[in-house]
Amino acid sequence: MTTDAVVVGSGPGGAAAAEVLVRAGWTVTIVEKGRNHLLDPTAPEHLLGHFSNDEVKFFHRHFLGPDPLIEPRTFRAGPADGEHSLVGEVNSIPSTVGGGGVHADGKVPRFRQEDFALRTTFGPVDGAWVEDWPLRYDELEPYYAEAERLIGVAGDDSANPFAAWRSGPYPMPPGAPMYGATLSAEAARRVGLHPYAAPTAANSIPYDGRPACNNCGFCAFFGCPIHAKGDPVAMLQRALASGRAELLAETFAARIVTRGRRATGVEVVAADGTTSVIGAKSVVVAGGAVETPRLLLLSGLDHPVLGRNLMVHFQTIAFGVMDHDLHAERGRAVTHVHDDAVLVDEAARQAARRAGLPWVRGGLVEHGGPALPVAEAKRYPWGPKHKSLMRSSPMRKRLWAFTMQGEDLAQPTNRVDLDPSVRDARGLPVARLTYAPHRHELVASAHHRRALVEVFAEMGAVGVGVVTSPGVPGELGWEGPSSAAPQSHHVMGTARMGTDPRTSVVDGFGRLHGLDNVVVADSSVFVTSAGYGPTLTLVALALRAASALAGSSDPLQGGAVE
Amino acid sequence: MPVWLTDAEYRTLSAACARLIPTDETPGASDGGAADYIDGLLGAFSVDPPRIWAGGPTSGRHGGARGFEGFLTLGRLEELAWRMRIEGSDGHPERQFNGPVTGWQQRYRDGLASLGSDFAQVEGAEQDERLRSAGDFTALVYEHCCEAMYGAPEYGGNRDGVGWDAIGYAGDVQPRGWTDTEVSSP
Repeated sequence: MTTDAVVVGSGPGGAAAAEVLVRAGWTVTIVEKGRNHLLDPTAPEHLLGHFSNDEVKFFHRHFLGPDPLIEPRTFRAGPADGEHSLVGEVNSIPSTVGGGGVHADGKVPRFRQEDFALRTTFGPVDGAWVEDWPLRYDELEPYYAEAERLIGVAGDDSANPFAAWRSGPYPMPPGAPMYGATLSAEAARRVGLHPYAAPTAANSIPYDGRPACNNCGFCAFFGCPIHAKGDPVAMLQRALASGRAELLAETFAARIVTRGRRATGVEVVAADGTTSVIGAKSVVVAGGAVETPRLLLLSGLDHPVLGRNLMVHFQTIAFGVMDHDLHAERGRAVTHVHDDAVLVDEAARQAARRAGLPWVRGGLVEHGGPALPVAEAKRYPWGPKHKSLMRSSPMRKRLWAFTMQGEDLAQPTNRVDLDPSVRDARGLPVARLTYAPHRHELVASAHHRRALVEVFAEMGAVGVGVVTSPGVPGELGWEGPSSAAPQSHHVMGTARMGTDPRTSVVDGFGRLHGLDNVVVADSSVFVTSAGYGPTLTLVALALRAASALAGSSDPLQGGAVE
Repeated sequence: MPVWLTDAEYRTLSAACARLIPTDETPGASDGGAADYIDGLLGAFSVDPPRIWAGGPTSGRHGGARGFEGFLTLGRLEELAWRMRIEGSDGHPERQFNGPVTGWQQRYRDGLASLGSDFAQVEGAEQDERLRSAGDFTALVYEHCCEAMYGAPEYGGNRDGVGWDAIGYAGDVQPRGWTDTEVSSP
């Protein structure tokens, strides 16, 4: 069979690309290695109803995949660790129809103008590969606006004094603020920070045929039972409803088949284990910043930068224990954030200078609390104290946290490659992550955590601590070498975009320099990590890349699907 | 009647769970049926579909249908993963692509034996001492006890919601959810 485009991956990037291509009249085959728990591909208005408020299923039994026994990944901090120091679950983003959009808690900020011109704005940093992007915020803005409309974003366009310019308001007003966030936002304001209602892909009003969120609290790590969350469900439904798209779940893309500088199709392994080739005029790769380079490497693509510059967000998690219940299980997981740590102000410059760095940047700080009792219980000791700890609940009911998604500078030594010995259940080499933070991240974390601890003092916290992910030896939370593996699900940079084919893998429209009809439509193409979650930016880039592939610069090209 | 464990193993496991999450002024693992949760997990493949993933989107506890009770089917690779996890590689070549895997069934069989056939009869202090000696196995049982106590009752533990009631937790709340006032007020 032959299709206009095979889209590899059904997450936010692949779904966005599929919707644009279908609008342009293309036929599209979406292949997704994970299970389909989302919708009936032949009657996409029918949702399967598998998502639920079930901690055991989602959080402890790998419901959204990938199962680390079937598709392990490996990790090492550096070559000194040997082939790998950890095998199993490493930085996994869901392997399921809808991809990372299904488990995300739906915080979808835009990047700022300087994020696309980091080298020009702040200058190089020794040991890191700081570059400008081959496009500017102003070029991406219309696609940001379209991405917000397509997935449905609630927010207040006047609330963040540091926001980049926008061409219009958010599609929806913000939803109900969480009680704990009202306390932390007030305290943050008192110490001079600027918290605001988080731009959130969860419906605050009925939107696009989907209901308003009813605050059940099962956002992060869960699929939304009522589809009020802006996961890719709406984009997939529209693409499939056109009749020009098909969705093949449990179908693993094993290799892009090429002839000369062109792809001719994708070799896939179907649910029953049989292998075939889907012929295609174009291929869109949207497997995420770990599986995309893995597929390109399995396809024999040879490029010195492919897989390199893996970026995560260096997470600094300041937590405070209060003397009263904050009921963080009610509401949208995170309703407030602040951007102050993204700015390079005089204090940040001084902290950088003291450390011998030209500058440091932190990232978006999320205000939120834990909500899951099984996860809490596993952290307490067994025995007579267990029940009293669960009732007083210092690590759930009374805990609040600030999570800073710190900018992670690109380093060529941080990379994804194929593990030399570990295989998946199909017998193929798995992705190996080699990662260690740059000193920039450590200095930024040490500097910006002080303000977060100050907010907790202002809130009246009875206990305060700070941990990081990845962990740092000697600091709180370090439990040996496995702590060196970053927990952030924000992965970026492994097929970076640029104008020079020698120093970048794809061009400014996501097209592989080496294969004219293959486009990467996920966060692999990021040049910098910024201090913001990658989803909205990768969707905007996917819309732009797919529009270019279809021969149009208009993200609304073709209008609504008939 | 236990699904997978022998009666003797079930008694030992029940006694172990009761020490890990004891009953105090609120119910503990014995009251919550933690041993049934674990036995059901070890014997998950004795029913079809296996009792791995409860259905959705609602349980019926806050309105809606009792969807959790209908367990979901596993895909081909998911069944392979869960058989590896529960039964181990057990000589099957297709389960050994990264080497042999010891399953939970074997770990429980060996671990419960290591606690001693008299475990349920000895004093609590002696039981605690044996559990501490069993290190990794005890850690596994404790993880499963936590899932049993504070997970959805459809998995066989948290009987009548006693685990959630004890800690003032509502559990699954769809389709009711929380009102905006409940979200924003103390």
